[in-house]
Amino acid sequence: MECTIRICGEAGQGIQTTGEGFARLFSSLGYNVYSFQDYESRIRGGHNFYQVSFSTEEIYAPRKYIDLIITFDKKGLEYKNLLREGGIVVYDADSLKHYESDKRFINCPFREILKGEGLKNIFENVVSFALVSNIFSIDRKYVYKVIRDIFSDKSEDIIEQNIKVIDIGYNFDIKKKIDLPSVSNNSKILLDGVKGIGIGAIGSGCKFYSAYPMTPSTGVFQYIGANAEKFNIVVEQAEDEISAINMALGASFAGVRAMTGTSGGGFALMNEALSLAGMTETPIVILLSQRPGPATGFPTRTEQGELLYAINAGHGEFARVVFAPGDPLECALLTNKAFDIAEKYQVPAIILTDQHLVDSLYSYERDLKIELKNHDYRLRSVEFENYPNYKRHKFLDFTKNIPLCPLAVPGDSRQLVFTDSDEHDEDGHITEDGEVRKKQLERRYFWKIENIRKEISPPIIYGDKNSKIVLVGFGSNLGILKEIVNNKRLSICAIHYCEIFPPPLRENSEEALNILFNAYKTICIENNASGQFQRFLESEYNFKFSSNIRKFDGRPFNYDEVLEGIYAII
Amino acid sequence: MQSYRDFDNGIIPAWCPGCGNFGILEAFKKALFELNIEPHEIILVSGIGQSSKLPHYLKCNGFNGLHGRSLPVATGISVANHKQKVIIFGGDGDTYGEGGNHLLHAFRRNPNITLFVHNNGVYGLTKGQASPTTEFGRHTKAQPFGALSEPLNPLALAIAMDCSFVARSFSGNLEHLKNIMKMAIMHEGFALVDILQICVSFNKVNNFEWYKNRVYEFKAEYDLTDKLRAFEKSQEFGDRIPLGVFYSKPRSTFERNIPVIKENTLVSLQNFPDIESLIC
Repeated sequence: MECTIRICGEAGQGIQTTGEGFARLFSSLGYNVYSFQDYESRIRGGHNFYQVSFSTEEIYAPRKYIDLIITFDKKGLEYKNLLREGGIVVYDADSLKHYESDKRFINCPFREILKGEGLKNIFENVVSFALVSNIFSIDRKYVYKVIRDIFSDKSEDIIEQNIKVIDIGYNFDIKKKIDLPSVSNNSKILLDGVKGIGIGAIGSGCKFYSAYPMTPSTGVFQYIGANAEKFNIVVEQAEDEISAINMALGASFAGVRAMTGTSGGGFALMNEALSLAGMTETPIVILLSQRPGPATGFPTRTEQGELLYAINAGHGEFARVVFAPGDPLECALLTNKAFDIAEKYQVPAIILTDQHLVDSLYSYERDLKIELKNHDYRLRSVEFENYPNYKRHKFLDFTKNIPLCPLAVPGDSRQLVFTDSDEHDEDGHITEDGEVRKKQLERRYFWKIENIRKEISPPIIYGDKNSKIVLVGFGSNLGILKEIVNNKRLSICAIHYCEIFPPPLRENSEEALNILFNAYKTICIENNASGQFQRFLESEYNFKFSSNIRKFDGRPFNYDEVLEGIYAII
Repeated sequence: MQSYRDFDNGIIPAWCPGCGNFGILEAFKKALFELNIEPHEIILVSGIGQSSKLPHYLKCNGFNGLHGRSLPVATGISVANHKQKVIIFGGDGDTYGEGGNHLLHAFRRNPNITLFVHNNGVYGLTKGQASPTTEFGRHTKAQPFGALSEPLNPLALAIAMDCSFVARSFSGNLEHLKNIMKMAIMHEGFALVDILQICVSFNKVNNFEWYKNRVYEFKAEYDLTDKLRAFEKSQEFGDRIPLGVFYSKPRSTFERNIPVIKENTLVSLQNFPDIESLIC
């Protein structure tokens, strides 16, 4: 059994709070939950919705069809075409000044109920939350708990007032009832991409995060900010993205793990300093949270349009990694791996995500363990003092276990640390010598690329490996891939790429490549117009996909349309 | 260290013979020596330009980054390790042109950073174009109709923004420059020292003679925290050019305003925390 609720209304009507309320409620009851958000670039007005799906089965991707609509605006009524059989719309005919006689429409006078109790319209989302919870016959103690959690940073007065509104909602005589199948009582937890990246960064010892606010990257900035004091992290809102990345590079040079985050436009401003990180071999993790471009584009919507940009950004030739996690757990693990590779190889590492992933909630078992790998590669205090003849940019030394000269904390020793954006010698000082440059590139480019590649994991394979239909995707389409594999009608194999650049070694990818070479239909799915991922894989592996599914309307793929798309192809 | 010459690192500067930068480098080494500061206790940050090569020519820790971006790099360094002395060398193009936005916000943040600007009124490394401090009407290869923008007054700007230490010196007066440098380095907070500098190759107008006939040392007869008087003094530029400290006002620094690093440096707090409490 699965059920999808869409909460619709204007910005400022509490759509997000209500949506998150349902996600928390159903996960606390033990259901699997997936939610996503669709909102406009404005503070008040317009039309937004928050869609929550819950299921007794696994669920990781948006649904096209809906079982229950709650709407606080007229536009929400238009989604009736998406209602599944037995689906209903809960609305307030008085406040929308519109009555629907269709019996799928259930008129609930939210505002009148509130007025009767002397309460303001602002509570209409909370009263609707209670009312719909009652439609599902959920014990109200669970609803109280959600209210307490969501408003945990609010005063006891505000919480009590909202609890009272819950009672008012429950006391309304709602005629409609929907039966839910019972689930095990193991309540689940919810993570979104923001939290995944935030947990990964904090757990990897990120001590400095500077950024300039830009949707959809701001969530991570604020999550780390909210935890800054507890985990001894400095967060700074820079005057622009150029400053943000240069500050982070300064902090990294001085000896702490540092990160910045932005979206496409801000990343464009960071490009020169990305190249600086490559030249000075200063570790940094950069979150690139994509939204549709070009230019300002669709600020609050989603796209995977910056894959090739992330791989190629920055002038000159230098080593980097680009990871595109597929769900919140991968966000945490790959942010951790990004820090590890950045520090170990002294390179910039880019985490590529998008609005869809950062704003979507996924449920996990309560005992979820996130195992991070951490190692401090830097020379500090005595270790630095005792290091023989330190040269920041020493040529590769193959007599050493790791032939790369370690980063050292300037000031921790009488030995000096110097680096330069000009081509430099082993001490970091300006050079004009062509032979020195070649030796620097040997380390800075060739050795790093070759050795980082060995650490890149192969793509992840889901479903029947002998299937003749193979769906290949990357990043935030992981949920779609997993669910398509789980469909009960067609045998489909799916291959998910998340450690994208440098691509995994061919010998480590044999299994995936064999599946692709032996398939009858190979379909590349991506959230962009030009097929960047397809082009990247095709040129890397000298192979052609038979078909593709692309979407570039600024919205994430939903399960139903992808399955329909696959049927159309075969 | 026995002498300020112990700061020499053996690298021969790539500056033109007779460049004002030589004087600035010498004054700086003397200032450090007299302040008893060792090479490993400083981190020099610079951008791009002839002035930004200075950190290469003495023993120090250093980050020579991008054109105009030395302030954010230095801010990141100073926050990560506020026990180190963080000092920037930049030019008028680097600091007042490409890096203008960062300068405005450094005034606001007040990081504990000393900024020395080699202000020669011309772009030297790119061979002679107008800089933000070139006078109106100066003809160059890139300004065929003459410079069409009014020159920036960095001291007035800094005072207006409450920069906590504002001074001017001259590359041709090493004793004065050294003393101003010492004050700026020891000042807690953001210190801007605009250093008038000759460019023997590309600035044929503001040459040594030109400056010598105009500059004079002054000791403020007003309270150095008096913003209006300081601002008034900063307007004096022309036949007479004052050298000295214009404004000095104690302000809480950016580093002191960050609770996380109240007691320890951020670099000493580097760890891998347990994240279990976040998974909920």
